[in-house]
Amino acid sequence: MAVATGSSSCCKLAKPCAFTTSNSSQSPFKLKKFTASPAKSTSIRCTIARDPVVPMEAKKESDPAPWQRPDVFGRFGRFGGKFVPETLMYALSELESALHKLADDRDFQEELSGILRDYVGRETPLYFAERLTEHYRRPNGGGPHIYLKREDLNHTGAHKINNAVGQALLAKRLGKTRIIAETGAGQHGVATATVCARFGLQCIVYMGAQDMERQALNVFRMRLLGAEVRAVHSGTATLKDATSEAIRDWVTNVETTHYILGSVAGPHPYPMMVRDFHAVIGKETRRQALEKWGGKPDVLIACVGGGSNAMGLFHEFVNDKDVRLIGVEAAGFGLDSGKHAATLSKGEVGVLHGALSYLLQDEDGQIIEPHSISAGLDYPGVGPEHSFLKDEGRAEYYNVTDDEALEAFKRSSRLEGIIPALETAHALAYLEKLCPTLADGTKVVVNFSGRGDKDVQTAIKYLQV
Amino acid sequence: MAALKVTTSFVYLSNSHTHSRKSTLSRKRFTPMAATLTTTTVGLAETFTRLKKQGKMALIPCILAGDPDLSTTAKALKLLDSCGSDIIELGIPFCDPLGDGPVIQAASARSLARGTNFNAILSMLKDVVPQISCPISLFTYYNPIHKRGVENFMSTIRDVGIHGLMVPDIPLEETESLRKEAIKKKIEMVLFTVSIFLTFFFTGPTTPKDRMKAIAEASQGFVYLVSSVGVTGARTSVSDRVQTLINEIKESTTKAVAVGFGISKPEHVQQVAGWGADGVIIGSAAVKILGEAKSPQEGLRELEKFIKSLRFALP
Repeated sequence: MAVATGSSSCCKLAKPCAFTTSNSSQSPFKLKKFTASPAKSTSIRCTIARDPVVPMEAKKESDPAPWQRPDVFGRFGRFGGKFVPETLMYALSELESALHKLADDRDFQEELSGILRDYVGRETPLYFAERLTEHYRRPNGGGPHIYLKREDLNHTGAHKINNAVGQALLAKRLGKTRIIAETGAGQHGVATATVCARFGLQCIVYMGAQDMERQALNVFRMRLLGAEVRAVHSGTATLKDATSEAIRDWVTNVETTHYILGSVAGPHPYPMMVRDFHAVIGKETRRQALEKWGGKPDVLIACVGGGSNAMGLFHEFVNDKDVRLIGVEAAGFGLDSGKHAATLSKGEVGVLHGALSYLLQDEDGQIIEPHSISAGLDYPGVGPEHSFLKDEGRAEYYNVTDDEALEAFKRSSRLEGIIPALETAHALAYLEKLCPTLADGTKVVVNFSGRGDKDVQTAIKYLQV
Repeated sequence: MAALKVTTSFVYLSNSHTHSRKSTLSRKRFTPMAATLTTTTVGLAETFTRLKKQGKMALIPCILAGDPDLSTTAKALKLLDSCGSDIIELGIPFCDPLGDGPVIQAASARSLARGTNFNAILSMLKDVVPQISCPISLFTYYNPIHKRGVENFMSTIRDVGIHGLMVPDIPLEETESLRKEAIKKKIEMVLFTVSIFLTFFFTGPTTPKDRMKAIAEASQGFVYLVSSVGVTGARTSVSDRVQTLINEIKESTTKAVAVGFGISKPEHVQQVAGWGADGVIIGSAAVKILGEAKSPQEGLRELEKFIKSLRFALP
């Protein structure tokens, strides 16, 4: 259909947003250049395992190299896109153009690198978890080697700040002085309030009224940092409603306001932009792995709510077919209980908050309220790129229950002296199922996405310590 | 929530292939399977054509299905029809209405809390549509359509006699498959164009005018001009940017232009009429009157008074 799109910036992006890479490992803003490469012969993925673990869906092996992640329309395969009111189309195009320009902007890259280094505290260590490795050691002495990518050591205690910093800088470039954000557990809200304080921007955070109660500490922190926290009472009064309200605010104030979305969800270019701001995680990991054991990780594991920390770790390695990508969602009270947030296991494809992706919905297309003990995973949708990677069979997605996560919460604290965020505990919990299937010496990197100080009040209710 | 200043306007696009009709009898638009339904209503574009000939402007009230309940919705549809509405917009409640302000959000929540679902709405429509003389257009977010399947959705609504469809969270680029199916099933898909482009026209590198033209060309039934930047909800006044926009759209298309978002008073209606709009859409104001009344009966009474006052203000 010959429809002239008025937004010429969309047409300018003849190739998907590809940014040149700067050599610095600190470069936070690297997007791969997509060039059409001749289809390589499909190689068989060599994960040496005693008991071959069959990936979730026996999908045909396809070469990830030519995949457009995303294409010019913001699609990852069929997922993604821009399903938003017409009012937002211009702002989204504006963002896209800005991102495109910033790729070649040395000043921006250097400024961002500097802030990530001196303010956020990057690079984060890739830590060999000796006692966890010992825990998974088999009687014959073999077993995988567990490494933790310490995103919990970032300023504010989670990976969230990587994206908040990048977007705040971007907002300043765009001349926007008003920042809005949504938040579930409060970590993204805190990260946003933090960067707004640092850069002198007005900050408004939307948070579900229910979440405000369960995460009162984070609410206080946001206010202390100078942000206005607005309670959202509509719908289920949790993350998805806060997101809807933030979108409404953006629709209304788009001319003055930049919306710092907290995950790789939402309309294009958000999934791409948020991933790219977090991609530093994967980049550092590649270099650190090479330094530590002269090779690549064999398995990457991360918890998945919206999917930002997972994409941040995975993105660098998507084209390395010998690296297994595993995402762990929240099974809440169990998949059959109806009280979970395992979108990629139990969801169906639909449109929520601007993107086509898997989501938990009923037969009318109304969104089902999810449940997880961890507020950060308590989202009924998931980033479109994860939906794509799942369907392509490139990444595998599993889930763990609240109880399993709490066990892992304790285990990490006891064995390594590191208290994980409850979200992160989900990734750690999956090691219980995974490690027995892995060959000796398999290098496993778990994205330790956040620390658990914020969760002690929740944990107290459930754990006997 | 504070009333927003900008009003939205609807741009009606009349189908270029619609020719003038003397009679209001519709040609059979639905498949023979829907034998029980004999509608005598014309579609959206034809309605505008007819009104234009009479030198009249279209009054398009909007209500939300199931608020306060479906039986009141049924009564309201008949009432609106008898009060002089030319087209009626019926909103389908959605759990995350990100294009709607507090009035319609609250109405959607109330409706869903009562257990309103799509099948129940269809049942009601099957019953009521044959009793209504003006065409009905559905307003729904995209996910419920996607869930049922675009083709299935279009057939289903056609079978109960719906003429038009508006989907607020799907921009022009994503509408292709919907429009194809809609055209096949003779559903007129109304697209939205927004005033924001006017601001950026002079400052930005893009050409919003082209976009507006593309939207106007692709829209069916009419073009819905959202006169203000924002979500649905009453505003205190209508921005005069609307006038410029109406002119701009009319430069690029012969389709009808209707203005919506924020219109709640006879004065608004008169203003918009004076600027050359072909129709006016009343959303939140009507939804509020009906949904927040002390009782359904009172709501219907107040709604009738309100619509009549607007009808009176309209040419």
